[in-house]
Amino acid sequence: MADTLATPTAPPPSAPHGASAARHTPTLTLAPPPPELVRIPLVQNNHGPGWLSDTIAGIIEGKTPKWWWAAFIPSVMCLTLLLVMLTYLISTGVGVWGVTHPTMWGWAIVNFVWWIGIGHAGTLISAILFLLRQRWRTSINRAAEAMTIFAVMCAGIFPVVHIGRVWLGWWLLPLPNGNSIWPQFRSPLMWDVFAVSTYFTVSVLFWYVGLIPDLATMRDRAKTKIRQFLYGFFALGWTGSNRNWSNYEKAYLLLAGLSTPLVLSVHSIVSLDFSVSQVPGWHTTIFPPYFVAGAIFSGFGMVLTLVLPLRKLFRLEDVITVRHVDLMCKVTLATGSIVGYAYAMEFFIAWYSGNPYERYTFINRAFGPYGWAYWIMIACNVVVPQLFWFRKIRHHMIIVFILSIFVNIGMWFERFVIVVTSLHRDFIPSNWGYFKPTWVDICTYIGTFGLFFTFFLLFVRFLPLIAIAEVKGVTPQADPHTAAGGAKVGGHH
Amino acid sequence: MTTDSPVIYGLIAEFDTPADAMHAAEKVREAGYKHWDVYTPFPVHGMDKAMGLKNSKVGWFSFLGGVTGYTTGMVMIWWMNAHDYPILIGGKPMFSPFAAFPPSYELTILLGSFGAILGMLFLNRLPRLHHPLLKHKRFALATHDRFFVVIETLDPKFSPAKTRALLESTGCKQIEEVTE
Repeated sequence: MADTLATPTAPPPSAPHGASAARHTPTLTLAPPPPELVRIPLVQNNHGPGWLSDTIAGIIEGKTPKWWWAAFIPSVMCLTLLLVMLTYLISTGVGVWGVTHPTMWGWAIVNFVWWIGIGHAGTLISAILFLLRQRWRTSINRAAEAMTIFAVMCAGIFPVVHIGRVWLGWWLLPLPNGNSIWPQFRSPLMWDVFAVSTYFTVSVLFWYVGLIPDLATMRDRAKTKIRQFLYGFFALGWTGSNRNWSNYEKAYLLLAGLSTPLVLSVHSIVSLDFSVSQVPGWHTTIFPPYFVAGAIFSGFGMVLTLVLPLRKLFRLEDVITVRHVDLMCKVTLATGSIVGYAYAMEFFIAWYSGNPYERYTFINRAFGPYGWAYWIMIACNVVVPQLFWFRKIRHHMIIVFILSIFVNIGMWFERFVIVVTSLHRDFIPSNWGYFKPTWVDICTYIGTFGLFFTFFLLFVRFLPLIAIAEVKGVTPQADPHTAAGGAKVGGHH
Repeated sequence: MTTDSPVIYGLIAEFDTPADAMHAAEKVREAGYKHWDVYTPFPVHGMDKAMGLKNSKVGWFSFLGGVTGYTTGMVMIWWMNAHDYPILIGGKPMFSPFAAFPPSYELTILLGSFGAILGMLFLNRLPRLHHPLLKHKRFALATHDRFFVVIETLDPKFSPAKTRALLESTGCKQIEEVTE
């Protein structure tokens, strides 16, 4: 390493005195690194800040593309389906779903955990990758955060409806019920209420804080009065003052620091809904980390599913580069492998525990009546991500897109396997049964996609889907210490 | 008071690159101005130092929020489950800090986040409905790709000629007056 660094030259003795001389640092000349070590820039083709706001804001200012309508109309139809299904369920009773003895949790909880897991990538990208100084996150964090918010909205529907008497949903809040009894905080279900509602609130706040400077960009570019008013209203009068940026960056850092334990705690607490119970297959200590890894895995799967078409349709290849996709694939591979390890460990512990119920549950999982679901899960979550070891596959956008859909499917089946196979055969054979979803289950699930995509499409149409100010900040033009940022190399001023 | 000439808010100098704006900021700071600011489309690394800004105080707001959240959670759960309407379940203690921890932990994060955001808005004096700069034509580029240094007339050291000379010496592209 040392030979690539030239000896720093001492400042010339004739340097002018005064404050500017005190700030003067010795010139450091770096030999260019070998070609294979040159970093691929995060924004390609040397685009600067102006190009970035023109391109990203241009998406919103331009005409609505035809494909947008082609996607939006079916989404609204699915959303309508969701509303119809929920109305039917609430007016008739929760029995219209397949939930019955012994599988009382059914698809509702499968879908709840699946959607909330998808939400985790957004916060992971925005918070954890921010703390780890992974600057590539800036190109995808806005869309991923939006995905989080809409996914948590979809998730929230299921437990609320699943309680059966929706109008008593407020019993979950820390309020006394009709007999002045308070909710029972020893129950993990109460913890879940706090975890999920905090997660939703903080995700919205984090997303909104990130949006403020971009809303100001939109306001300053706006041509129509209504746009000027709306973007201006939500931009809160942001000017880009450095005194403001200083507080803003600190607040953003704190939010990232707070969201990191939050994202880890939310899925841990969701997993405690299961593992605090006595049911074989649920009552395991591995659940919190295993659920968190699975959540990040499924979230990245969904981010890839959403970002790859957007990148193509909006021609954002220079901002969401192949390198970004490559890195996301690597995260998917890493978390997918952790999930695979967890599956293996569950089996080992079931055998090692010597508990006959535990052993039976796991043999039944793989070879019982729901064995087909188990093997779909293994194929999608353990086998498929291993393809991401290959650079050729990581760089082939269509293949990555297809594989990301497999990840989504696999993670849905994981939750199905955990919920249904554990419940359908517990301690006593007279307690056994076979769960089947009804058409209402299926239509409600499809309906949540309507909700998700309706909101997501509105988001890409009306808000900057890439964090403009943040991406500007990672270009060389933004760095006052590079030639592109205006620094006079080797000189002083 | 009615005057024909509009009230001047300050002088605005425009720059093309973050490095130029940063050097200008250093000069303005050294000249001893207090009511001035640099406006950039993104946070510029090193600008806080160049302007001589101290560490942001947002952290205190967040800390206060977090402490409030944790205390609220613990006290609320103790009061509800162990004091106001205790129900004995499975011989477990009426209040255990372990069972009360997860909701309190979530409340810590929730109020800590609100503290960070509200603190940031408070320190930045946001939201505001009006700012003289937002009426200035070229200033719209501050959220695009330009960098501006603004010295307010409010500053005790402000003098139309001297301040203009100082800004001119920074090598900016152009200097204009901003009206209130």
